[in-house]
Amino acid sequence: MIGPPNSAVFLPRRPLGDVVFRTCITACALVIPALLVLLGGVIAWAAWPAIRIAGSGLVLGSTWDVAHNKFGALPAIVGTLLSSAIALVLATPLAIAAAILTAEIAPRWLRTPLTFLIDLLAAIPSVVYGLWGIFVVVPLLRSVVMPFVSDTLQLGGVPWFSGPAYGPSLLAAGLVLAIMILPYIASVLREVLLAVPQSQREAALALGATRWEMIRDAVLPFARSGIVGGVMLGLGRALGETMAVTMVIGNSNAIPTSFFDPAYTVASLLANEFSEASGALHLSALMAVAGVLLLTTLLVNALARWLVWRVRRAGGVA
Amino acid sequence: MTSTVADGVGTQRRKRALAKRRTASAVMTWLVCSAGIVAVVPLLLILGHIAVRGFSAMSATFLVRLPAPAGVAGGGMGNAIAGTLILLAIASVVGLPIGLGAGVYLAEHRTTRLANTVRFLADVLNGLPSIVLGVFAWQLLVRPAGHFSALAGGVTLGVLMIPLVTRATEEMVRLVPVSLSEAALALGFSEWRTTSTVVLRTALPGIVTGALVAMARVAGETAPLLFTAFGNAYWSWDVRRPIAALPLQIYAYALSPFDDWRGQAWTGALVLVFLVLAIGIMARLAIRSRQRLARGASVGRWTRVLP
Repeated sequence: MIGPPNSAVFLPRRPLGDVVFRTCITACALVIPALLVLLGGVIAWAAWPAIRIAGSGLVLGSTWDVAHNKFGALPAIVGTLLSSAIALVLATPLAIAAAILTAEIAPRWLRTPLTFLIDLLAAIPSVVYGLWGIFVVVPLLRSVVMPFVSDTLQLGGVPWFSGPAYGPSLLAAGLVLAIMILPYIASVLREVLLAVPQSQREAALALGATRWEMIRDAVLPFARSGIVGGVMLGLGRALGETMAVTMVIGNSNAIPTSFFDPAYTVASLLANEFSEASGALHLSALMAVAGVLLLTTLLVNALARWLVWRVRRAGGVA
Repeated sequence: MTSTVADGVGTQRRKRALAKRRTASAVMTWLVCSAGIVAVVPLLLILGHIAVRGFSAMSATFLVRLPAPAGVAGGGMGNAIAGTLILLAIASVVGLPIGLGAGVYLAEHRTTRLANTVRFLADVLNGLPSIVLGVFAWQLLVRPAGHFSALAGGVTLGVLMIPLVTRATEEMVRLVPVSLSEAALALGFSEWRTTSTVVLRTALPGIVTGALVAMARVAGETAPLLFTAFGNAYWSWDVRRPIAALPLQIYAYALSPFDDWRGQAWTGALVLVFLVLAIGIMARLAIRSRQRLARGASVGRWTRVLP
């Protein structure tokens, strides 16, 4: 295919090594699209029996009863969306602040250690977050936060704040997820901010802007679509996160009506039932649920990547 | 900087407005700083908890013994540690060559349509939930074989490594000055020798960093192993059999009702975090030589110790 422009000019014919080499690297590159096509194909094929039998009931039905072959994943889907929403609401402002801090405000000597610290947080495996969630976050919620909300603040009657304080709950999952995706969003946003051209900042400062006005009026608007993209990358992670959520959400297959209710997510449904699935239809239904998760995260990720790429291109980085 | 403008105009109102804007700026700076600190606090809490609780059940035998039945003292996670290392080795065999090749391809064909598509799809693959890849691998590798296996687990982790290694390699190869490969070609090197002995040789420290970061990331993956490697309570050296892995063992012990198992889950977490960080720090050491190479170029994300 195309190589460095002048590579073959003085050679009478292409050496065999070159042909083999090019074929190899092209094959390697083609593995990636092939994998994705295979992934989609295999899951669609395996999910087909359940889709044919249950149809839209798979995502709209709210009863998941393996014994009676009823497979409605709506509770898990609602739980996935709600826990991710809680995580995003909690993590986004802090992540934006952390990104501004590491890219704009912190003195140069502090930036590297701070960035390293945030990267470290992102490198901790999710099962460790889950462990921490079970033994630190859940007891804290059960013995301090939940009683405080219902007894001291008297919010027990308010929708979404009612219910007994079990501990493992939608709120616990949202909190642990927030802590997990925060460093991830922050590091993507930091890069987006660094991609904003220096001339933007200089122009704002030359016009007499204070530092905050410079960030607010010159940096953030330029980076806006990248910020949205970075947050969506975090959303993609939150939607698909399995271990930490499975460990703290309570795994109850009912649509939650309160932040304190135990709930379920699509990923935890898979984690709990897949390896001991009974019967072909059960397995196929789980495959279909995996397909729903795949499609959702695929869309979220593709859109997010495109948004981030737009800023980097405009800033001349990518 | 702004004061000269205000002084030039000199009105009281301007001065007051300026003071207000400066206060706003200071308040916002303070807010951003405190939010940044709030963001870092959980890290210190988590690391603190792991260190304190992990060390309390730590012993030399923990690293080499088999798990003991509940209530029997002195069990360890030796087989899980060995299992994780075996899985990482299999993953590297799958993920490194393919990622390396694809990365070189992307660096050499920067903006062709195929390269752009592959680059985008690599990013998409990188963002997919790992449990979906586990389900996929189960259907392709475990179901036909009829049993869980270390091989299936390792290959799944290898697939997770591919996009990471691809993007890191591409980034590093792009940093190699074109003049180097032009010089080699002008001396009559064939293309593949130019790439393998000049370009890749120059980019090697960075590629090593990228590979290590990818290994650090998949070392802690649990979800894709649930239906592939599955776990094993005994030593296993056969890649066709189910195998134990550190994250799986932590998961199982964390959910167990026994206090000594839970304590061991913390110790396992300590070992796992130590393993991940050790690989990450090795990667950082390799980065040093990379920075010499990349002087002046932008430092990208694919070789940082992060997803």
